Amino acid sequence: MELFLDILSWFFLASGSFFCLTGAVGLLRFPDFFSRIHATSLTDTLGAGLILTGMMLQAGWGLVLPKLLMILLLSFLAGTTASHAMAKAALKSGLKPLVNNEENQPGEKPSKP
Amino acid sequence: MFAMTCIALLIVMALALIRAFKGPTLYDRILAVNTFGTKTVLLIAAVDFLRGRPDFLDIAIVYALINFISVIAILRFFEYAGKNSVEGES
Amino acid sequence: MSFLALTALAIVRLNDLFAVVMLSGIYSLLSASFFLSLDAVDVAFTEASVGAGISTLLFLASLKLVGRYEKKSRYKPALALGIVIVTGALLIYGTMDMPHFGSPDSPIHQHVAPRYINDSMAEIGVPNIVTSVLASYRGFDTLGETLVVFTAGIGVMSLLLISRETKDHSKKLVPADMQQQIILRVVAKMMIPLILMFALYVQFHGDYGPGGGFQAGVIFAAGVILYTMLFGLGRARQVFKRQVLELLTATGVLLYGGVGVVCMLMGGDFLDYSVLRHDAIHGQHLGILLVELGVGITVASVMILIFFKFTWRTVKHKYNP
Repeated sequence: MELFLDILSWFFLASGSFFCLTGAVGLLRFPDFFSRIHATSLTDTLGAGLILTGMMLQAGWGLVLPKLLMILLLSFLAGTTASHAMAKAALKSGLKPLVNNEENQPGEKPSKP
Repeated sequence: MFAMTCIALLIVMALALIRAFKGPTLYDRILAVNTFGTKTVLLIAAVDFLRGRPDFLDIAIVYALINFISVIAILRFFEYAGKNSVEGES
Repeated sequence: MSFLALTALAIVRLNDLFAVVMLSGIYSLLSASFFLSLDAVDVAFTEASVGAGISTLLFLASLKLVGRYEKKSRYKPALALGIVIVTGALLIYGTMDMPHFGSPDSPIHQHVAPRYINDSMAEIGVPNIVTSVLASYRGFDTLGETLVVFTAGIGVMSLLLISRETKDHSKKLVPADMQQQIILRVVAKMMIPLILMFALYVQFHGDYGPGGGFQAGVIFAAGVILYTMLFGLGRARQVFKRQVLELLTATGVLLYGGVGVVCMLMGGDFLDYSVLRHDAIHGQHLGILLVELGVGITVASVMILIFFKFTWRTVKHKYNP
């Protein structure tokens, strides 16, 4: 049972770290602010949830478990609303998302043969 | 196992800092700082477990709250005050 | 440590005050993690909540009043720099006589710290030594700190008055732009009770884990500030009336001093909690509880009051055209 819990929490921690890393790489490489928000908020929340679940499996039944649950809950609520607020504020102050050009719509011939 | 998580989180925080320095608009920087804060919360929790002292989780909760409130405060500030200073901040 | 020095240098040199505020928030966070690595949990807690939290919020509120860029100074501060260098050098020279940092045979490590560490459990019975030192062994210092916070509140109150004719204006509804923030308001309605309850938890759990009056007051104030930012100053002032807040700032300090006086009346010294009950340890527990409560009340109400005053000055033109 112990080994099973250990393996499971390893899995959660590893996948959580992986998601956080990919989110950070996306933060650096995406071309536009709105796409960066998209990358960061999704992967942050998912990665945080997985990492915290991994930690919860390691902790006993004491006081630590409700505290981790509370961090998880707060992380979900706060992270998502913060990204929403940022996107709304950016939109309101005039930042426009990067849009595709008209010539590159799918279904048309490519402009360079 | 927690050491691996800590290292991954530290890498993420470093990448977020790079974006905070580079980001062409102001909102990029706010986003990077928010990400930095979220990762700090996870890092504090992971370091807790590494050291075996679960007292530090209170600090993680406090910092999660503070991160959220600070981001909202910054956004309010720019809504009321600096509408003309969005692009090209150094 | 080098990060701290770099950040401090950047804070001094930059003219853009907003970047300065952000950098000071990062500075506080770095100090907090520094304290964490030295295994000082309570100090890290206080530094994180006060430095990275409330200070950033209050600085932002005052930046709205003051403006974003610093004016260029018109004189070269060479004389001031010279004086500071000389004083600093003298101070460093004076400390060379003192024992080295952390050396085991300095007097503080021989007599004071072992006494606290060894006897705290027996004399006071509270597992968190920091709280027992703060509230009982060094109760005078904490009374002084609370009075400092109180004085800061009085200073702000006397400098920035809220004018009286807003009594009917404050019932005016929330400005239009805030009604668009529906998602934020709904989520905040869920989070604010959690924040306030967490503040109460930190207050009363200070005996066993990190916490205590200062941190709890700051977290409570942060929750109220969140409410104020999202729901408008008018509504927040209806909930937390100015007279009540001013009364509460004084009540906290009164509670602290009152406990001390009651100890004197019951036969002990000022702030000697052992005489509060039949059993010395219970007396200490009761004393620490009441004293931390007083500190928490004062800190929370002073922070809320300062924020209200700052924000009031910013939106005053909306209510008094």
